[in-house]
Amino acid sequence: MDKIEKNLLKQIADIEKTPMGAYNIRENGKLSARNTTANIDIVTKKDKPGIDIIIKPNTKNESVHIPVILTQGGLNDLVYNDFYIGENADVVIVAGCGIHNSTCDTAQHDGIHTFHLAKGAKIKYIEKHYGEGEGTGERILNPQTIINLDENASMEMESVQIKGVTSTVRETYANMKKGSSLVISERIMTTGKQTAKTVFDVNLDGEDSSVHVASRSVAEDDSLQEFISNVKGNAKCFGHVECDAIIMGNGRVISDPKIEANNVDASLIHEAAIGKIAGEQLIKLMTLGLTEKEAEEQIINGFLK
Amino acid sequence: MLELKDICFSRDNKNILKNVNLEIDNNKMVVITGPNGSGKSTLAKIIMGIENPDSGKIVFDGKDITNLSITERAKMGIGFAFQQPVRFKGLTVRDLIEISAGSSSIKVCDACDVLADVGLCAQEYLNREVNGGLSGGELKRIEIAMLAAKKSKLTIFDEPEAGIDLWSFNNLISVFEKMHDDIKGSIVIISHQERILNIADEIVLISNGKVEKHGPREEMLSQIFNKVKPCHKLEKNEKCNEGRA
Repeated sequence: MDKIEKNLLKQIADIEKTPMGAYNIRENGKLSARNTTANIDIVTKKDKPGIDIIIKPNTKNESVHIPVILTQGGLNDLVYNDFYIGENADVVIVAGCGIHNSTCDTAQHDGIHTFHLAKGAKIKYIEKHYGEGEGTGERILNPQTIINLDENASMEMESVQIKGVTSTVRETYANMKKGSSLVISERIMTTGKQTAKTVFDVNLDGEDSSVHVASRSVAEDDSLQEFISNVKGNAKCFGHVECDAIIMGNGRVISDPKIEANNVDASLIHEAAIGKIAGEQLIKLMTLGLTEKEAEEQIINGFLK
Repeated sequence: MLELKDICFSRDNKNILKNVNLEIDNNKMVVITGPNGSGKSTLAKIIMGIENPDSGKIVFDGKDITNLSITERAKMGIGFAFQQPVRFKGLTVRDLIEISAGSSSIKVCDACDVLADVGLCAQEYLNREVNGGLSGGELKRIEIAMLAAKKSKLTIFDEPEAGIDLWSFNNLISVFEKMHDDIKGSIVIISHQERILNIADEIVLISNGKVEKHGPREEMLSQIFNKVKPCHKLEKNEKCNEGRA
């Protein structure tokens, strides 16, 4: 693995050397490295590109890293990864994709991740997307996450698009049974003429199911972001969607929230705020000795932390 | 240390400050008081550079800072605690204390000390976001802790007591006294509270955009309380008998 590839891995998965536990590293559309454990199996799909990650019931304190890196322009990498999390397992899954494109051709990765959490299973899923490279070719990432939570299963999802992605459509669909819970935290930064579209579609089908979606984004320069959410309360449930965006330069953000209560005991909240950095925030940090530019950076870094 | 010369400031055809002249010496605790709308907060903002005077001159440590930016003044050693503290989504108490101290290497125990001084448990607050989840009183104390961490030669507090409960009020007085002893700088407090006036070396009375009087505490206190209307004395928990027929 060369320096560029190592840097991509560090950016998206914080991996500097061989990760502990199970892993599957995909490089330019091909398997680069894999490790399985007694409790976590990774199997290559036979009918389409991708892998099945099978985690045995009651597996605890283990992790799976499945980063994808692309360093070739002109490559359109589509992959289907299915996660089967056994009953009462409690694991961390780190995914993500980094593209280094030094060509004038487009480099694209579309990762379709489907999670099946059995009863009482619990996961923390971390997904980072990152682009770099001096080429004029576009860097496109279209992740799709499909989440199926069985009774009392819970999932915490952290989704971060650090920088350098020309365009992205990020879709998350969730179907939730009784007592299940889902917490999604999203951070997106766009610059230049980049575009980012995020879709959250959540079905709260089971009694006492709950979802909390918190999206924070910054749109700089001439970039455009769109946030679409639709949370359907089909039972006694709780849903909270929070969308905060900072716009700078000619950046634009469209927020299109929808909450749908289909049961009288459904309790759903949506909060959205879009605006530039408040002048008083800049002034406060300047009175502490920061320049306006430094103050702006601190505010943005904190907001997206 | 600080000299204001003929400062004038007007907005919307209203003269808010009229030829204000004021000198603050080194290592002094100065309280600026006066009726609402008399121009006290505007004066504080002009010293920090948040507002610019229409005319006049500001000299700090012998240097004309009238045209310097907020950042330049902050770096020279001026600090300012807002009357209404600002909220930041994402920045934690620790972030703000580190920025205030001018270094990310501020020791955790030092950050804890400044929080403890304002009556906040560091363990509970250090990693909390300075956002809408904090009450007005908590924000106010964090604001004061930031200024304690900044250790400026000149620190200005704009109505620090506003939003602070009575229980914390005595601690607040101790914080100012401790800051004054530790930093050996000057502290300027805009306040209406007699207990804060009582810790001043000097008191400045501003009225209708002008410095009406400026002098040592004892001399000023007797003049101020002989002048104020009875209802002001209610702040001292006294019965409002005076001035009645």
